[in-house]
Amino acid sequence: MLRGLSTFLYGRRGFYLSLLLLPPLLWLGIVYLGSLFALLLQSFYAIDEFTARIVPTFTLATYGQLLSHPANVDIILRTLGMAVAVTLAAAVIAFPIANYMARYAGPRMKALFYVGVMMPMWTSYLVKVYAWRLVLAKQGVLSWFVERLGLAPVLDHALSTPVIGGPTLASSYLGMFIVFVYMWLPFMILPLAAALERVPESLLQASADLGARPGQTFRQVVLPLALPGLAAGSVFTFSLTLGDYIIPSVVGAPGYFIGMMVYQQQGTAGNLPLAAAFSVVPILLIGVYLTLARRMGAFDAL
Amino acid sequence: MTGIQGIQAGGDPVTAPPPAAIELVDVGRSFGPVRALDRVSLQIAQGEFFALLGPSGSGKTTCLRLIAGFDRPDAGRILLDGADVTDVPPFERNVNTVFQDYALFPHMTVAENVAYGPKVRGVAAEKRRRMALEMLELVRLQSLAGRTPAQLSGGQKQRVALARALVNHPKVLLLDEPLGALDLRLREEMQSELKSLQHRLGITFVYVTHDQGEALSMADRIAVFRDGRIEQLDTPRGLYVRPRTAFVARFVGSANVVEAPAAAKITGTAQAFAIRPELIDVLAEGSPAPEGAVACSGELEDIHYHGATSRWHVRLPDGSLLTAVRAEAASAGPAPRSGARVHLAWSRDSLVPLADA
Repeated sequence: MLRGLSTFLYGRRGFYLSLLLLPPLLWLGIVYLGSLFALLLQSFYAIDEFTARIVPTFTLATYGQLLSHPANVDIILRTLGMAVAVTLAAAVIAFPIANYMARYAGPRMKALFYVGVMMPMWTSYLVKVYAWRLVLAKQGVLSWFVERLGLAPVLDHALSTPVIGGPTLASSYLGMFIVFVYMWLPFMILPLAAALERVPESLLQASADLGARPGQTFRQVVLPLALPGLAAGSVFTFSLTLGDYIIPSVVGAPGYFIGMMVYQQQGTAGNLPLAAAFSVVPILLIGVYLTLARRMGAFDAL
Repeated sequence: MTGIQGIQAGGDPVTAPPPAAIELVDVGRSFGPVRALDRVSLQIAQGEFFALLGPSGSGKTTCLRLIAGFDRPDAGRILLDGADVTDVPPFERNVNTVFQDYALFPHMTVAENVAYGPKVRGVAAEKRRRMALEMLELVRLQSLAGRTPAQLSGGQKQRVALARALVNHPKVLLLDEPLGALDLRLREEMQSELKSLQHRLGITFVYVTHDQGEALSMADRIAVFRDGRIEQLDTPRGLYVRPRTAFVARFVGSANVVEAPAAAKITGTAQAFAIRPELIDVLAEGSPAPEGAVACSGELEDIHYHGATSRWHVRLPDGSLLTAVRAEAASAGPAPRSGARVHLAWSRDSLVPLADA
């Protein structure tokens, strides 16, 4: 009976594949893309200001509301700025680590690094964010440590810098930035290490053999070939920062971020169309980012 | 073997000989407990085609990597053109390498790959483009300048790698099993092409291979590596005709090696010797061995027919196996069956005494 089924399926590859793919595709299609589409649709509706009910007629009024309020534009720019800064910092910090993991670490060291990079992800996200609030607090571990190193003036100087500063690290954009970078760093390291691992040692030797100094080899060979990994990692760090609402509400200055606005508009404010319009912004920004990355040839080596 | 003499040994004693293109002095390199190179010394003359021959793990590739500068020796010195380069990084050595896997940059076109050397050395874009095309013409690939490596066949990649390595006009070209990944026909074609290229350019070639046929047909001199040492360094003919050890005799041209105890029964002296299969005569039934020849008889195991020749495997009474090659033209009548008694003979001069066995 089972044998007959195996024989039946073996001869019909297409049928077999569709049998396997159908349930997940249905899930992805209906639950995921379907709800995304419903969200997009919502953003083209508007709320009736008197009855506070959604009027299901097509209108661009909600987008008008989104872009005409300077406060909303501020939120978008603030979120975008943070996402760019976090992505750049994550790339710079991740590169040496990923490079070590991919090229220099022995098998045991490599395993240790992979576990070490992924281990923070085994803990609850909320626990980590609240832990960071304590770490960054005025009497927290970090300021104590900085003081011990005699670098307190440096920290004070950073905190007195207009935009990124604040009364304490825990209530400044600088602190928020640190938490964001910490949270998303694994998502940058892993694809980057995977990309670097695919660059054969002989290419680096060939480059040196032809007269390239280590810096030239890095710019001409390593970086271009690591670009797909860098692109993949940065899509993670960029989009995760754009959409997050927990970190900005627990750590950092009181300014709003896109994720917080979505949360607030669909929750307490009950303005679902505006929440939908806000959540379309990261989708568009990531679309623009991917297009730019593609233009720059980030996916050519794929 | 250490302390190999330079080839200028018989030269004019008045003028100082030019410095060797490459000189290794007591070079050693270990990886953990493994001695990849064990105090190796050798000199390679300017313009020489020099082969490093040996089985995998014999140290030949380690030797090449040390000359290129990808690795540093634990002991000894490396000299290029008389200058000590032991601590000089690869990007400051005037040698270039053709890699076994070609190591072409996948994100660059063929022309960009070839122009890479001049580029990192600061040659202007227009000039290095011209240099690259010139080199591609040398390997007859100028029509593919705009392609990427992924669009090339193995033989074409090989030529691009060659052009890329030659564009800097190195004094020494290092080739690491460059033809290993090619099929037989292409390999033979590239062999003669490499040889003529080397002749035309006058560059010193150091060629790593495990293929003794390739080394014999291309090289001026060959160093046979075994377990991190040079077992013998000689001309191809010298290696083939006068192997010094059983290892060389077997590895180069697969000679018959007869160990000391068996040798005593055949020649009367307990010294191991080698005898080339093609120098053994299979005697016709009943005909006596020629005067002064070494003769023995054994049981025929089987005959491998190769067309122009056939290889006869004969088991001697003491258990050792001899292979005799017979030309097709020389054999008359039906071949004997397996198990038949066969008489072999060879001239005493063609027997090569071996240092060890």
